Amino acid sequence: MGFSGKQLMGVGIFLFVIFIGVPLIIAATGRWDFYYTLTSVALLAIASAGVWLTFYIGRINIGQGAFALIGAYVSAILVVKAGWSFWISLPAAGLFAALVAILIGLPILRLRGVYFAMITLVLTQVATLTALALPITNGAKGISSIPLPSGVSIFGIPLIPDFSSMENTKLAFYITACILMIVTYAALYRLVNSRLGHLCRSMQQNEELASSIGVNISYIRIVIFAISSFFGGIGGAMFGSIAQSVYPSSFQVADSVNFMLNCFLGGLGYVFGPMLGTLVLYFGWDLLFEFGKYQMLIYSTILILLIRFLPNGLLSLSIGKGDKK
Amino acid sequence: MEQILANGVYLGSQYAMIALGLTLIFALMNVLNFAHGQMYVIGGFVTYTFYGQWGVPFVLALVMSCVTLAILGALIERYLFAPVIKGSAREESTMLLAAGIAFFLDAVILLVFGEKQRGVPKIIDGVFNYDFKLIMPYDRILICFLAILSIVAFIGLMQYTKTGRALRALAQDRTAAQLMGVNVDRYSMIGFALGAMLAGLVGGLLVTITGVNLGMGGPTSIKAFMMVMIGGAGVISGAIWGGIILGFMEAIGLALLYQYGDITYLLIFVSLMIFLAIRPQGLMGKPWG
Repeated sequence: MGFSGKQLMGVGIFLFVIFIGVPLIIAATGRWDFYYTLTSVALLAIASAGVWLTFYIGRINIGQGAFALIGAYVSAILVVKAGWSFWISLPAAGLFAALVAILIGLPILRLRGVYFAMITLVLTQVATLTALALPITNGAKGISSIPLPSGVSIFGIPLIPDFSSMENTKLAFYITACILMIVTYAALYRLVNSRLGHLCRSMQQNEELASSIGVNISYIRIVIFAISSFFGGIGGAMFGSIAQSVYPSSFQVADSVNFMLNCFLGGLGYVFGPMLGTLVLYFGWDLLFEFGKYQMLIYSTILILLIRFLPNGLLSLSIGKGDKK
Repeated sequence: MEQILANGVYLGSQYAMIALGLTLIFALMNVLNFAHGQMYVIGGFVTYTFYGQWGVPFVLALVMSCVTLAILGALIERYLFAPVIKGSAREESTMLLAAGIAFFLDAVILLVFGEKQRGVPKIIDGVFNYDFKLIMPYDRILICFLAILSIVAFIGLMQYTKTGRALRALAQDRTAAQLMGVNVDRYSMIGFALGAMLAGLVGGLLVTITGVNLGMGGPTSIKAFMMVMIGGAGVISGAIWGGIILGFMEAIGLALLYQYGDITYLLIFVSLMIFLAIRPQGLMGKPWG
């Protein structure tokens, strides 16, 4: 894979902005609450990346909230009840979400179009109800006072400092979330530009045709759905750790719909679309907080106008100027 | 047992009406209307305002609910969905628009009607009591009867009028309908208005029994999606079956499993997923709708 100088420079500027620029601006303006907002954006962008990936095989996924909830609960239970380190429970949460996705995906990935969209929406509701019904998830009370992530050291060299001994956990969570987000999108970019990515694009266009020329479509869609849910689980687990609590209502149908909106708004044809969509939607929602009870009205009006006049996503504005994907 | 069956008929007739509107919109425009539950809530609030607050006769209040929602639906179709469907590279963009409209209507309901639970005075007092085996308040029986009547009227409209024929032609094949001289834009608008009107009518009917509040929109949409999936998306008879089946499942589940709380809905969801794994297109749907 060759990168052009322009692309490398873009990535460089992006890294500089999120790791040096943003902390400097926040220190200068004193708006420490933006750390929490931006951390949420980074984590939601991870989950949205998963939704985007399912769209890449031509499925509209409104069930990411279910997998985020599963991830959050798995991590919380492992940390609180089994005493694991958070950093081990994080991949475990992702893997568990992926496992669930494989089991559920086997039947439901046969559905297409609007049926798949509706069944995944129902799935979010199922996850919430399951969390309410199971004994291990503590019902409606949820799991609260989850300890902050502990430190990790190998051979006495501290790799990750202990979060509970830190003065500024907000900055630490922000940097962790950004690193996770960058790894996610790097992985996504690599995946889309690999052989698997080409196969996915062929499925997005026409599954029968792809199948007829020897693409193992049922295998690919399970793999993609599992990866997508892995992202959802990671995002959810990290969210639970920051909020230090998980409730059945942590991720609901509205969150699932929002993950989908992030992808649609950013533009489905672009790998970095969901990241931009999440930033615009979540940050916009946060900025509109000052309008009090008109917040929802203004937010939804802007959303409707955006889709009315830019039905192909925000990034579609730059079509033709190159820099596609 | 009689009680469970009567409850099933009652719930099923309500649900079928909600599902009918959703499936009609889906059949005509391929739009998954996320805002359907919100339209239902608006219908409830309009009837509440006219009948509960201003003392207008109930039937007139119902008519007002229908008219309001029909106009709202027509405007949404004309100025939002139609241009987006034309200008969008992918059909799925309409889902984003529908979700945006759902948020918007929620915000409007919150600002105009507030967040309180609202109820209206009973239309008729009294309870039908058959030997303590079957107990049903008279107003529920009336609402159930009105709902069934509306469904019959709707089917009649779809089967025997020119508008209905045009709408059915449009649902079957858009291009062919256009070639046969059906004014596609106009009938899309009429269809959307009709679907929204059905949602408003159910809202107006149910406000007399369950009352209405802001939070009812989302869950109602999800239930409507489930009914449409059971019956098959975009099929009128499927929506009616889906509504009746879900109504009976809920009535039976709530009666038998009431001590376990929310487990009824969990079971319904799980059985729906198993059912769809075996029959992805629902009971009557076309494969890959």
